Amino acid sequence: MAISFDKVTGFHEQALHIRTRRAELLANNIANADTPGFKARDIDFKAMLSAQLEQQKGMVVAKTDDQHLSLNDRSLDGQAMYRNPLQPAIDGNTVDSQSEIVEYTRNAMDFQSSFLFLNNRFKGLLRAVKGE
Amino acid sequence: MAINSIFDIAGSAMSAQSVRLNTTASNLANAETVSSSVDDTYRARKPVFAAVQQDALKAAMSGSIEDQASRGVEVKGIVESEAPLQKRYQPDHPMADGEGYVFYPNVNVVEEMADMMSASRNFQLNTEVMNSAKTMIQRLLSLGQ
Repeated sequence: MAISFDKVTGFHEQALHIRTRRAELLANNIANADTPGFKARDIDFKAMLSAQLEQQKGMVVAKTDDQHLSLNDRSLDGQAMYRNPLQPAIDGNTVDSQSEIVEYTRNAMDFQSSFLFLNNRFKGLLRAVKGE
Repeated sequence: MAINSIFDIAGSAMSAQSVRLNTTASNLANAETVSSSVDDTYRARKPVFAAVQQDALKAAMSGSIEDQASRGVEVKGIVESEAPLQKRYQPDHPMADGEGYVFYPNVNVVEEMADMMSASRNFQLNTEVMNSAKTMIQRLLSLGQ
């Protein structure tokens, strides 16, 4: 009986990917906290994870070149949404540094827990292989 | 890996903020630098921040989140303030012109102090971001251990 890594890792692998993307977006928001006209963006983690899991079930279109369009990425289009500003600055900037850093830290913690779950799965596999 | 780009993003913000701190330091240092003509007078300098945009075509092709978002911040340039200079009547001043006037720079010291605090706070915030990105990568490296 072969071990399927996809089944072992479950959705934790996808979750880690999305957490990473979100960390990047939030870091970009914080970096542009003083850029005139910059609009803060964020992604809906729940919607994105379910979209990714849906994709896994569907058919995969082969890509033989970097320039090829991928059907799979379509559902991710427009997932980065603009944040509703609490108190927009007079220069059009909608980044609220405090709430961004809160979201960023929370995202980092969630990343750690996703990682922990993933790591435990692998540890379990290793234990099974060793026969402990 | 995408986490690596967090370092670029936070790094770009840190260098942009340090440019801003540099202009503030220059403005404050020259706040009282007088001159005898309008043209020679020091003017307050301000950096112009702009978000780094991705290649639009590439973003449309891949359609992924990373490519849609901009990557960090850049300093487009440094502009001199257009605010009017302060013309003061000080005939005893060694730099006074023929009519007894000296020109003071258009540096607003209070504004500069506020700018300085904003820049240093933002710099700190970005070091925090970089630190947690580092922790995330370190955890990833320990996968399976």
